[in-house]
Amino acid sequence: MTPSVETRTSIVWDYAPAPESADHIRLKDRYGLFIDGDFKDPADRRYVPTINPATEEPIAEVAYGGPVDVTAAVQSARAAHPKWAALRDLERAKYLFRIARLIQERARELAVVETIDGGKPLRESRDVDIPLAAAHFFYYAGWADKLVYGFPTHPAREVRPLGVVGQIVPWNFPLLMAAWKLAPALACGNVAILKPAETTPLTALLLAEICQEAELPPGVVTILPGDGSTGASLVRAPGIDKVAFTGSTAVGRDIQAALAGRDTRLTLELGGKSANIVFEDAALDQAVEGIVNGIFFNQGHVCCAGSRLLIQESVRDEVIAKLWQRMRRLRVGDPLDKNTDVGAINSAEQLSRIEALVAAGEDEGATRRSIECELPERGYWFAPTLFTDVSPAHRIAVEEIFGPVVSVLTFRTQAEAIEKANNSRYGLAAGIWTDKGSKAFEVASALKAGVVWQNTYNHFDPTAAFGGYKESGFGREGGPAGLRPYLEIVT
Amino acid sequence: MTERLAVRKTYKLWIGGAFVRSESGRYDEADGVNFPRASRKDVRDAVAAARQAATPWAARTAYNRGQILYRAAEALESRAATMGVPRDEVEAAVDVLLHYAGWTDKLHAVLGGVNPVAAPFLSFSLPEPTGVAGIVAPDAPPLLGLVAELAPTLAAGNVAVAILSETDPLPGLDLAEALGVSDVPAGVVNLLSGRRQELATALGAHRDLNAIVDAAGDPSLATELDKLAAETIKRVRHDDPASTYEDATDDALDRLEAVTELKTAWHPVGA
Repeated sequence: MTPSVETRTSIVWDYAPAPESADHIRLKDRYGLFIDGDFKDPADRRYVPTINPATEEPIAEVAYGGPVDVTAAVQSARAAHPKWAALRDLERAKYLFRIARLIQERARELAVVETIDGGKPLRESRDVDIPLAAAHFFYYAGWADKLVYGFPTHPAREVRPLGVVGQIVPWNFPLLMAAWKLAPALACGNVAILKPAETTPLTALLLAEICQEAELPPGVVTILPGDGSTGASLVRAPGIDKVAFTGSTAVGRDIQAALAGRDTRLTLELGGKSANIVFEDAALDQAVEGIVNGIFFNQGHVCCAGSRLLIQESVRDEVIAKLWQRMRRLRVGDPLDKNTDVGAINSAEQLSRIEALVAAGEDEGATRRSIECELPERGYWFAPTLFTDVSPAHRIAVEEIFGPVVSVLTFRTQAEAIEKANNSRYGLAAGIWTDKGSKAFEVASALKAGVVWQNTYNHFDPTAAFGGYKESGFGREGGPAGLRPYLEIVT
Repeated sequence: MTERLAVRKTYKLWIGGAFVRSESGRYDEADGVNFPRASRKDVRDAVAAARQAATPWAARTAYNRGQILYRAAEALESRAATMGVPRDEVEAAVDVLLHYAGWTDKLHAVLGGVNPVAAPFLSFSLPEPTGVAGIVAPDAPPLLGLVAELAPTLAAGNVAVAILSETDPLPGLDLAEALGVSDVPAGVVNLLSGRRQELATALGAHRDLNAIVDAAGDPSLATELDKLAAETIKRVRHDDPASTYEDATDDALDRLEAVTELKTAWHPVGA
């Protein structure tokens, strides 16, 4: 008989604290709006502190852009566009290469700031967010002088930038999402106005400094921090040729409706309730690691999080036992500690959303297990949580929780797995765990999801398109497909 | 010898492969001929029929879909004299069908590819159909306009529910008969005649529709469709209202992309 999971993992090694030093971080007390190449006071002088969600301490004061500032930003961007678009393609590329290099150079600082502003573990900001942000600029820099090779042209067709693009990014991957948006837009010869998320504006503002260091011409990149109302005025502003939004489906729907009847282009990268499917022939220990990475990466604040775990009935008990054992070893706490697996919830607001949905899960009859761990007294925290006895109609199986909460459903046959996985209004991502190659390909092609990972999860790369089906949005970011939303093909 | 009395054609809607009257029993008249005035219920029936046909149509091989579109072109060419539009227009529509028949197995090479990711994975992105597309055909040209919107939708692997020209629906209803004798499977194309405003908004509001291709050229309808589409994040393409469809294949890739999703798959490489 094989030893039980409990026996094999009974020795628990504790870790000494290993906090990353934040001594080298030199943040300003206050950040203005980055318009026309300089930091400026907002018209109504409104500054709001940004909070460290792990301590609830203010970090710096950040300007909130209002409608007057949006108008000024669009004017500056419009003025900057003709020169930027007319620049020799390789020169445009050089600016983007410079930005990529500067991000790499300031990687440690950016990682620490990302972690204190957003609550994500330093291990992730250091190893994922910042390197990928640099990689995105590096990748799209190379496209700037190759656009004609990227699109099938015709002697009578040429590719042209759209003009001024308004981009709104979420708080879960602040700098990385800014890179996903800015790099392709600039490579194509557009100028961009980026609105970072209300709770995580700092790395975008450091990116503004990087743009200054790179001597990017004023007005080519504008960073307009603020809240939802700033974003709402930005997408409605006259003079915006294209809007790119990453965030919730509810806000995406509002933006799509607000642009009705207008000539403004739109791409949306919205929510998800992605299925992570474990077949009985999978390497189960590897699958368990993938499940953990799929749902607890970045506290589950991931649009493509594997939040619906579909397990084949024959291995259900074994997978849940292994998963629970693994979950109990997760280290929750100080995001700056290099051993932390699960950091702070991004904001009080998000924490209450998670709590409300988890309460709904219990009320509707699902069985909840949350790991026992010491949570810091201050800050926003939520212990990694596993729901079993979940029915496909439960809110926790249907709605995006955007937190460290996984809902387990089961299936008997491959056909049932596909049907359950596709039974969602979302279609962003999916995972497949199996050792059979042909099965993996068949299931991957049947899933209505923009990204399908086999025997892995949450892998991203600037060369690979990312984006959803159905209510997870439209348009793609990454790869050659990521250029298309920023170009017009003129015949 | 007495003069022969002609046998008139009863024009019908085409839903789920069946020629049917409107469930509402309503009709309108054009050129002295009665034709069905479809209802919102007919729109729902058509979307349901399309949804049933969507997965099997998308699952056919690209080669097979190409041959079916080619067969549709043959069927249309052979009925050129009976379509109720000038011969030129029928010929242009046949050519459009041929053009897209050849796209079914080229789209992957043009839009997809292997992604050189910086990790040990075979990562590739490939185009897939969006699903069920609603088409609002232009008033004119009644046949070519419809075919130019329909063909890319089908070539990309989608199924369609189309609202025909309001002013001249008969060529569209005739097309149903041509498609009906070709190999287009039941439900892959559904054609409805009637009042555009009523039908297009019912189509735009349908929650099981994935995309709308609007070629009506009516700005207020376009705005309304945009708003309805936002409810379920539908993909929307508005065609240039000035289009005469003279160069209906020049922007083929834009038309195909409007009803195409890109899926990225990651498969591990190594032991």
